[in-house]
Amino acid sequence: MSTQTVLFDAPGPRARRRYAVLTAFGILLALVTLGAVLWKLNAQGQLTGDLWKPLIDPEVWTSYVIPGLINTLKAAIVSIIAAMAFGIVFGLGRLSHNGAVRWFCGIIVEFFRAVPVLLMMYFLFQLFAFNNVFVASLNSFMAVVIALTLYNGSVIAELVRSGVHGLPSGQGEAGLSIGLTPGQTLRSIQLPQALTAMLPALVSQVVVILKDSALGTAITYPELLQSMRDMGTAYATVLPAYLLAAVIFIGLNFGLTMLAGRVERRLNRRGRGPRPGPATAASVMDDADAMSAGPRS
Amino acid sequence: MLDILSRYDVLAAFWMTIRLTLFSAIGALVIGTVVAVMRVSPVPVLRRLGAIYVNVVRNTPLTLIMFFALAGVGIILQVNLVDQSSPTSVRDSAIRWAIVALSVYHAAFVCEALRSGVNTVPVGQAEAARSIGLTFGQSLREVILPQAFRGAIAPLGSTLIALTKNTTVASVIGVAEASALMKVIFENETASFSVFFLFALGFVILTLPVGVIFTSLSRRLAVKR
Repeated sequence: MSTQTVLFDAPGPRARRRYAVLTAFGILLALVTLGAVLWKLNAQGQLTGDLWKPLIDPEVWTSYVIPGLINTLKAAIVSIIAAMAFGIVFGLGRLSHNGAVRWFCGIIVEFFRAVPVLLMMYFLFQLFAFNNVFVASLNSFMAVVIALTLYNGSVIAELVRSGVHGLPSGQGEAGLSIGLTPGQTLRSIQLPQALTAMLPALVSQVVVILKDSALGTAITYPELLQSMRDMGTAYATVLPAYLLAAVIFIGLNFGLTMLAGRVERRLNRRGRGPRPGPATAASVMDDADAMSAGPRS
Repeated sequence: MLDILSRYDVLAAFWMTIRLTLFSAIGALVIGTVVAVMRVSPVPVLRRLGAIYVNVVRNTPLTLIMFFALAGVGIILQVNLVDQSSPTSVRDSAIRWAIVALSVYHAAFVCEALRSGVNTVPVGQAEAARSIGLTFGQSLREVILPQAFRGAIAPLGSTLIALTKNTTVASVIGVAEASALMKVIFENETASFSVFFLFALGFVILTLPVGVIFTSLSRRLAVKR
């Protein structure tokens, strides 16, 4: 990180002493936090082995953890694929030369980006339930998937748009000059490059989808968080159940982020990585029009 | 639709959304600034602690943090944020834990926004600050952070908008904000598009000015280089 060298010099003797004090303070802070948590856990009788034993019970894994994880992944993967398709279609729609198409896609994208995902989930779930749109067991799944698709698809549409805008204008001009139509230029020249450039931002959106699938618990979709809560109730081990859910979610998302970093470094080595255009994750955050890479739950 | 709305207090629900947003924004800004300072400090241990906080919080679903705060910390560990004898203690406790969860969650994003702001400050600024003899704390307070905050305005704006929308998650622990009221209306009446659009419009009204204000602020306050 560049800031590390920017903000301070190589420390002299006094600074080194101060750093040593701060290091001790940091370690102390960590230990005190840990100690306070353990003390509180102990005071409430949460540290007895019986409470944590269900975590290594194979039955817990086969009947709660694994099914929950599968449901989470199912909802997330379907949403990711659908959101990418939605994002590419509407992102290209916003770049269309037809004014009506551009406006229509613009309104859809801006609307779904402004509405909270959970609000959409509640609405879709009740809508499906009242009108018997799907089989009863499918209602919550479809509500989760459609809400995640509409929101994240709109965000991806913005990424596609800013990715194409970030390309050098010569790319589009070259396409037009060899006789491709504007649509062909967009599809076969600009879009592939934009997709490569927006890869990091795209992966952070995938993490958002995976995290947001946990909202399904609010509409009784039996995903990981919901099944861990059920397990917490069934075995009277609420805290360990939440902790296990957190560990699994953090592991999945952290792994995804690591993978994205590796892919990005690889693309950079091949000289095809994200250009310093408006499509990298950092500059999308700076781009006030693309309120996208922000924190979704 | 009007007769439905006359029976429910939509404005009160949105007022709760606004209050959740305001208090959590303040909390997230405070925690996020502290963590951001830790993450750019010269002390490796503090840097590591800050990084752990951000990576853990950012990769955990807000829904999980919400449940964990109220059910795990509040009820099981008996950490009380409200006077147990007050008649509204159950309601208030849910609201306060929701604010804590929202603050803790968004602090990670505030921290990253500020750090990206620090990255916009050119090396020369920090070098100049050090060469006139300012300490790390002084150069951070007087030179780096004022510029970093300005560079961080746009991402902070996105974080605030996301926070506004994320207050809906507080409904999973029973806080009576806008989305919870919408759910109640749907359950009692029917899932109508008009009610949904009304609530969606409410969020658009809340978030649109924030976006406009922060965009113009970030343009106006941008450090001329």
